[in-house]
Amino acid sequence: MNGFLQKAYFGLIGLFLSLPIIVVAGVSVNEKQDLAFPPKGFSLGWYGEIFANVEWRNALFASITLAALSAAVALLIALPLAWFLWRRHAPWANIFQLLGIAPFTLPPVITALGLLTFWAATGFYGQPATAVISHAIFFVTLPLVTLSLGFSSIDRSLVEAAATMGADDRTIFRTVVLPLILPYLISGYAFAFVLSLNEYIVAYMTIGFTMETLPIKIFNALRYGYTPTMASVTILFVAIAATIFGLVARFGDLPKLLGAMSSKD
Amino acid sequence: MRREAPQKLTDYGPLVFPAGMLITFFVVPFATMIAVSFFKRNPSGFYTPDFVFENYARFLSLFFGKVLGFSLFLAVTVAICCIVLAVPFTYLLSRAKRRTQVLWLVALLSILSLSEVIIGFAWSTLFSRTAGITNLLVMLGILDQPVALNPSFGAVLTAMTYQALPYTVLVLYPALVRLDPTLTEAARTLGASPIKSFFTVVVPALRNTIVATLIMVFIFALGSYLLPQILGRPQHWTLSVLITDQAIYQSNMPFAAAMAVFLVLVTLGLVALTVIAGRKGEAA
Amino acid sequence: MSGLTLQNVTKQFGTFTAVKNVELTVPHGTFVCLLGPSGCGKTTLMRMVAGLDLPTGGAIKLDGKDITNVPTHKRDLGMVFQSLALFPHLTVGENIAYSLRIRGVGKEEQKKRVDELLSMIHLSGYADRPVAKLSGGQRQRVAIARALAISPKLFLLDEPLSALDAKLREAMQVELRQLQQRLGITTIVVTHDQREAMTMADTVVVMSGGEIRQAAAPVEIYRRPADTFVADFIGMTNLIDFNADGSGASVLGASIPGLAVPAGLKSGIISIRPEDVHLTAPGNAPVTGTVTFVRDLGGTIETFVEAGGKQLVAVSMPNARPDVSVGQSVGVQLNPGDCVVLKS
Repeated sequence: MNGFLQKAYFGLIGLFLSLPIIVVAGVSVNEKQDLAFPPKGFSLGWYGEIFANVEWRNALFASITLAALSAAVALLIALPLAWFLWRRHAPWANIFQLLGIAPFTLPPVITALGLLTFWAATGFYGQPATAVISHAIFFVTLPLVTLSLGFSSIDRSLVEAAATMGADDRTIFRTVVLPLILPYLISGYAFAFVLSLNEYIVAYMTIGFTMETLPIKIFNALRYGYTPTMASVTILFVAIAATIFGLVARFGDLPKLLGAMSSKD
Repeated sequence: MRREAPQKLTDYGPLVFPAGMLITFFVVPFATMIAVSFFKRNPSGFYTPDFVFENYARFLSLFFGKVLGFSLFLAVTVAICCIVLAVPFTYLLSRAKRRTQVLWLVALLSILSLSEVIIGFAWSTLFSRTAGITNLLVMLGILDQPVALNPSFGAVLTAMTYQALPYTVLVLYPALVRLDPTLTEAARTLGASPIKSFFTVVVPALRNTIVATLIMVFIFALGSYLLPQILGRPQHWTLSVLITDQAIYQSNMPFAAAMAVFLVLVTLGLVALTVIAGRKGEAA
Repeated sequence: MSGLTLQNVTKQFGTFTAVKNVELTVPHGTFVCLLGPSGCGKTTLMRMVAGLDLPTGGAIKLDGKDITNVPTHKRDLGMVFQSLALFPHLTVGENIAYSLRIRGVGKEEQKKRVDELLSMIHLSGYADRPVAKLSGGQRQRVAIARALAISPKLFLLDEPLSALDAKLREAMQVELRQLQQRLGITTIVVTHDQREAMTMADTVVVMSGGEIRQAAAPVEIYRRPADTFVADFIGMTNLIDFNADGSGASVLGASIPGLAVPAGLKSGIISIRPEDVHLTAPGNAPVTGTVTFVRDLGGTIETFVEAGGKQLVAVSMPNARPDVSVGQSVGVQLNPGDCVVLKS
């Protein structure tokens, strides 16, 4: 397609994708508690409010803690599994790969409801730890996919070379496999972290009545009308996501992570 | 390194934790949910173990028929909108400079990861009377006074398309990036214009990918839960909304579980279709 | 005895036999090339020596000790892989020091050894470079240095030069051979390139279909091939049917007096190298043929002649350029001493 049409099409899609964010960014700098666009006056006060208001601050910390812990647990599940599937020939073990991918592929309400019935039946319903485990299971797909991709990109002759030089399995893992898989480990963590930060329904169904994460807090606030803090929190979250994915792109190979083969393959 | 079958029991060591976690916290909850779907509801808000089909029988009402029909219709519409927008876009993106690609991918991932709550809030703002898009139209003199565009079906559809579009692009991206660029070059040496070669070469070559993506986006859209609530009227609520409503507010876990099981069956059926479409694609 | 001994080594993958009953002795300090077309089992044989694959039958002994089931990392090997397998996350120096590091050798000693090896491969001062920044030939040398870091008992190389361009490859062949002679290390190279094998090896082992067809010195392999496969695989040759009765042998309808045929052999094949085929005026030789094509390569001239329904090729040097052109009749001289008689 010719250059002009292409630019115009990119521009339209770009506008569609950025319009809501632009409007919300505008709303977030209103001076008074107005829902107005273009903004009336200019103030960054609503960004301060996220940290000054104890409810918003607690929700933010709850979300970040949840995301940090659940992404770590997801990684602990995904790493040994992906390693095993790469290292060993055991076709039946692929069932676990499938189990790891299912929670994220099914409509989220199903995973959420399954976990709700489970936590209610076992008597742990409402405890903070249940949300960490629930999110770890829900998002294990992401590190599992990046790590599987990472392992498949390791030249197996590197492992053989290490063995001929006298390294046993454990040493090979520590000195060769782990350093090479590290970028995929980090991006898997980043993906799980950002999505956990934003997740609503699983968190709501597991700890919704005892704790507030930020998405839950926004939704609850939305029911009682409007406060500009929602807008500033939204922009904060967009910024966090863009920063993290930007860093992944800066230090890793984003097109390859998303399935484009590098020219070498 | 040859991949050997595990020899000793300790070779299975790495599987213990992942398998344990996935079985305990995914398979068991899933099984619990299926079991509960056959339980009898207790008026006190709980349920008693039983084996009844009445939870499933409740679907057969006109009301749930309508909700299910609307959910499927909405998801199909969203999927089609996304495919129509995303296929040309992803094709152009896959041919763009690497730097351009990376920038778009970062933007798409950021939007994809945004909470449904946030997307719902952003679009409700955009569609509102006081801060919405209509204010711009008033400034441009197209409208006399700003109006609220939600709640409405159009608002739900737009926001859901917004939510699913990055997903669609990212699902299409690998297939399009790997598409042999000499295909279109060959078409052009044979006399096809760029646009013609896109429709006569790229689209047919990707037919199976597009069908598979359509189904994946459909499933993705089926899971949308908050947008119909925030931007739509009650008649725009989907099965996902009803499941949550029954589970949390009506305390009817058996019925919610039955609906969820039903949704899983629909989804699995579609995944099976995707796999079959993919197999055909490989054979072709 | 010292050196490597393979006794009746067999490897099966399912129903496919990759290596069949291989017997081979590699005396200490010799250079052996495993040569054959792809799929002949040479790489599998080397991988079994390295312990990367386990034989399904037979035994492998090193200096008299059975190592058949010793894991790779306890064999004290040095191996260069076809892909080189340099660790992309380590520098040149760290790659070379790897086997020392995991053996707990001290930092100072590691550095000393790395410097020594780098100067041996003419890359002094490259220790801190990332391997990705090296040229193909430099990476090759680093892989070799890395394999030699611990002074291994066995030095194995799997198609080590296949990624290099032709000129560099030839230079590296000479360098590798000189290095091996200086160190006196038992070396096995897998290659499909017969020139490479002839250049470097003390013993060339020709393999096909998982079996050893011939194991001998390069000149022996060339002058006295054991069978038609070896004759055809090593260099250019003419394979011609012959018939024999008690009194003599005939080739292409003409009798070749003096060709020594084993008693009782009625027919078979002779192999004669193109440089041993001499063209003369028609009538001066028992066989007459017609020139079909002349390929003048500058350094050598190949003349293709059709005689008795068979295509023959003769190679001559420029100073003995035959004065022939396409379509011309020529006499073909085959001296019995140049012919190798093979069973068909």
